Amino acid sequence: MKPRKVSQHVNQNEGLIFEKSSPGKKAYKLPPLDVPEVNPEKLLGEQAREDLGLMPEVSEIEIIRHFTRLSTWNYAIDLGMYPLGSCTMKYNARVNEFVARLEGLGNAHPYQPEKISQGALRIIKTLQECLCEITGMDTITLQPAAGAHGEFTGILLIRAYHESRGNPRKKIIIPDSAHGTNPATAAICGYEIINLKSNAEGMVDASLLASVVDDTVAGMMLTNPSTIGVFEKEIHRIADVLHDKGALLYMDGANMNALVGKTRPGDFGVDVMHLNLHKTFSTPHGGGGPGSGPVACKKILERFLPTPVLTTRTDGKLGFEYNRPQSIGRVRAFYGNFGMFVRALAYIFANGPDGLRQTTEDAVLNANYIRKKLEGIYELPYKTGSMHEVVFSDHLQTQNGVKTGDIAKRLIDYGFHPYTTSFPLIVPGALMIEPTESESKEELDLFIDAMKSIAQEVQDDPQLVVSAPHNTRVARMDETTAARKPILRWKPEQKAQATPAPKPELVETR
Amino acid sequence: MAFPSDYRYTKEHEWIKVDGNQATIGITDYAQNSLGDIVFVELPKVGDELTAGKTFGSVESVKAVSDLYAPATGKVVAINESLATAPEKINSDAHGSWMLRIQLKDAGEVNKLLSADDYDKFVKEEGGQ
Amino acid sequence: MRYLPKSPADREVMLREIGVHSVDDFFKAIPAEYRLDRDLKVPRQMAESEIIDYFRERSQENAAGYAAFLGAGAYHHYRPVIIDALVQRGEFLTSYTPYQAEISQGTLQAIFEFQTMICELTGMEIANASMYDGSTGAAEAILMAMRVTGRHESVIARTVHPEYREVIHTYLHHRDMPMTFVGYQEDTGETKLDELEKSVTDRTACVLIQSPNFFGSIEDVAAIAEIAHRKGALLVVSIAEALSLGIVKPPAEADIVSMEAQSFGVPLGFGGPYDGVLGAKEKYVRQMPGRLVGETKDKNGNRGYVLTLSTREQHIRREKATSNICTNQALVALMSTIYMNVYGREGLKDLAKQNLAKAHYAAGEFGKRAKVLFPRGKRFNEFVVQSKEDPHAINDRLLEKKIVGGLSLKKFYPELGNASLWCCTEMNTREQIDAAIQAVHA
Repeated sequence: MKPRKVSQHVNQNEGLIFEKSSPGKKAYKLPPLDVPEVNPEKLLGEQAREDLGLMPEVSEIEIIRHFTRLSTWNYAIDLGMYPLGSCTMKYNARVNEFVARLEGLGNAHPYQPEKISQGALRIIKTLQECLCEITGMDTITLQPAAGAHGEFTGILLIRAYHESRGNPRKKIIIPDSAHGTNPATAAICGYEIINLKSNAEGMVDASLLASVVDDTVAGMMLTNPSTIGVFEKEIHRIADVLHDKGALLYMDGANMNALVGKTRPGDFGVDVMHLNLHKTFSTPHGGGGPGSGPVACKKILERFLPTPVLTTRTDGKLGFEYNRPQSIGRVRAFYGNFGMFVRALAYIFANGPDGLRQTTEDAVLNANYIRKKLEGIYELPYKTGSMHEVVFSDHLQTQNGVKTGDIAKRLIDYGFHPYTTSFPLIVPGALMIEPTESESKEELDLFIDAMKSIAQEVQDDPQLVVSAPHNTRVARMDETTAARKPILRWKPEQKAQATPAPKPELVETR
Repeated sequence: MAFPSDYRYTKEHEWIKVDGNQATIGITDYAQNSLGDIVFVELPKVGDELTAGKTFGSVESVKAVSDLYAPATGKVVAINESLATAPEKINSDAHGSWMLRIQLKDAGEVNKLLSADDYDKFVKEEGGQ
Repeated sequence: MRYLPKSPADREVMLREIGVHSVDDFFKAIPAEYRLDRDLKVPRQMAESEIIDYFRERSQENAAGYAAFLGAGAYHHYRPVIIDALVQRGEFLTSYTPYQAEISQGTLQAIFEFQTMICELTGMEIANASMYDGSTGAAEAILMAMRVTGRHESVIARTVHPEYREVIHTYLHHRDMPMTFVGYQEDTGETKLDELEKSVTDRTACVLIQSPNFFGSIEDVAAIAEIAHRKGALLVVSIAEALSLGIVKPPAEADIVSMEAQSFGVPLGFGGPYDGVLGAKEKYVRQMPGRLVGETKDKNGNRGYVLTLSTREQHIRREKATSNICTNQALVALMSTIYMNVYGREGLKDLAKQNLAKAHYAAGEFGKRAKVLFPRGKRFNEFVVQSKEDPHAINDRLLEKKIVGGLSLKKFYPELGNASLWCCTEMNTREQIDAAIQAVHA
């Protein structure tokens, strides 16, 4: 059957830039030097560099063609849906890119005087206020560079809190459904991890939790909605159980797209949480970053926040306060990924309170629509209501020898990026699907049709699915050799060998 | 899968072959099959001490890492260096690819481990789940 | 709401097909007491033109068009136009982490090229796909050295960027990982070798230096490496001004290099996002944090690229991961990749030479009327000026002339008195330099 969404298209052949390089080609011209020339050997002596080895020499048009061609090999949100669970691949609005590049903002040096930085500081203040309102928290730091960095900051805040009360405590409780960054972060902060088994509904068992919380537990890291997309109904009890023993509740805010405008973590007992601006607040993923991971918290943690903290001076001007004796210190140089602050604030402005709420409602509606349409075709391991994402398993398909990873690869032939496979760990053979609010009914229907078609293929011709993808420029990569004998850079001895474009007669649409 | 009858086995899928006061250790065919293509083996150094039941290294495939648990207590006397450049040997011949040789502290300890038959039963139950 | 592609009719149809009355049914799992029954108190929905107006006003409050002489870890270099033209392509801007290699070859190949060029410039054998920035990169490099050596102490030069040292402190101090700090020589601004010799012990995992250092002086990397290696410690070199590698010998004796590549085409942007990267000797690859792209073949024998050695990372190792890092800085690394291609082998050298010349001229002119510290140090594009007046007063005066003067060092190095750190790049014209020096001494 011919997939409705895609048809074969030409992807230009292109090698490595080093394979085009040749001495004398240039893509730059410097203005003439208006100060006296210098002799580097004289000034730097033996510290002077001889030459720059294998750095390329190419022309401007070769650069433009090279990267333009490379770009055509990528899937992107601009092309279609990414059903990736917990990634919230939503529309990256272009006005965000425009405002981030305004000269006074884009070219501002972080150390320039406060007098000429009031615009940037006002943006930081406004974003801080909006994010506190959205999360129901009292205060916030925008310093962490990404979600994992935010988790690190949050756990350090918890540690500082307990230390100030005489005992940093030893353990952090983490549900077995958590994202890998959670235990990695707790370990880096020197905590021992208590792995909490999820109950039959995929949620935190509050009684089990109560049995492991004591005064050696510093806190718990919780994702809500959980990684299977359900809201922790017992959140009140969870928070109480922890607070009773003086422990704190950390929330991984990766799934905020299900909550914005409908409820607030600060209201349901969370003490500290991080946000992912590159998820919920639409800043672009850019092929793997940059992100931004602000950490919001209750007043009890305020004095431990990373330095510096935004402040309003007596003359009404904004500035940074560095005198923070109980701060956990800095988690990075300067103030955070300011470029992402601008984009996130523009997103909040474009939505307003009504837009933010509608966004959340649409995200949840979209996930439930997919759930309804694929129920029975793929197994639903947990029957609890989904919020913004739905988790299926490949149980019905493994009977024919087809696993979630294979289905994901076949989905590529239908013109979609795969969903999240094999996570969360509590669902063997997981298919984790989060459409986000940015998908129209049309795109959702195309996705549903594709998934239904693949399920049928699993019955009729499982080998087709297991050996997918078939319509991509390159087939599945040999990851084993890549790991056994890593080649992590180009060397001139490596023969030039670009991937040939598919020959026309070999192109078949299945 | 046939498991050599002169080996002993752990529930963590290591095998141990006793040879007087020494023993060689590796992972079973069942283990290599579950892991998939092995890309790297992390082993202790000659002279290190192993404690029965505790981890002594790890085995990596592309998408997973598994800890290795010591079947017995002893001191490492030799490491199979060839696994550093050819870890795939474990995939093609798990029972013939020794990882390390130890000087046993107490050869009797090994008798507590599973026999080939018991391990075979254990693996069949695990696979059935 | 213009980002939401569903009509009211669509929503109706969907609700009906799901079999619920209203979308609020899906939120019933939230206990009633926590459901928001009011609007969020954020500004009302704005039109695109209003959004632009808001940020334009902020941009104007932020002032542009000043002659700036600030460096200190963030450098003002020319950004070729082609960079934004390419990175704003949707296929780069809005794509995801390249876990699915078949549909991410663009990102993967670009990163592979980035890794290669970082190796060439830094003299390291391997490089990763980027870290958050130079400061966290330095902290991660120290932790990496600890994993490699099995030791837990570090010796750090005081001439490493003060904010980098603060970050390292945050990363290490609660984990029983003692840090020792080593001072600098008055005549060169370089790290004191005899003090270093005494500080490195057989418990030292690594020595961390920055070169050119915070004062702008180029460190004696070879001598420091010799001291570190003799005691079995690794040498970690942090580079804050990447362009220095165009004219300064790379730290090939280092075991790990942590670089901030912001100079390569990344906007100053009030401090972020920037572009850290780690490089190292190949034998340490399994201890290196962050993503790595490797070359391989697909099942038909075609060359391609893939994220590799993922077992170091958090999504597999969880609590035993080399780091908790997940997101990196792919898009800014792409900016750097394009920048490095635009200038290339000759251009990076020519550009670095211009920086060297500008700073040399400025330091010379300053030297006629004030004291330029560390006179016998070798410099790239930064230097320290000591004046009779408080740098803050000087800078206030300069600001009125639309000049942003050097960074006052009173907070970080009070022992230097009225000192400030000045940076000259190819973006500072001779007129600007002359005017600044004139105004400083008015």
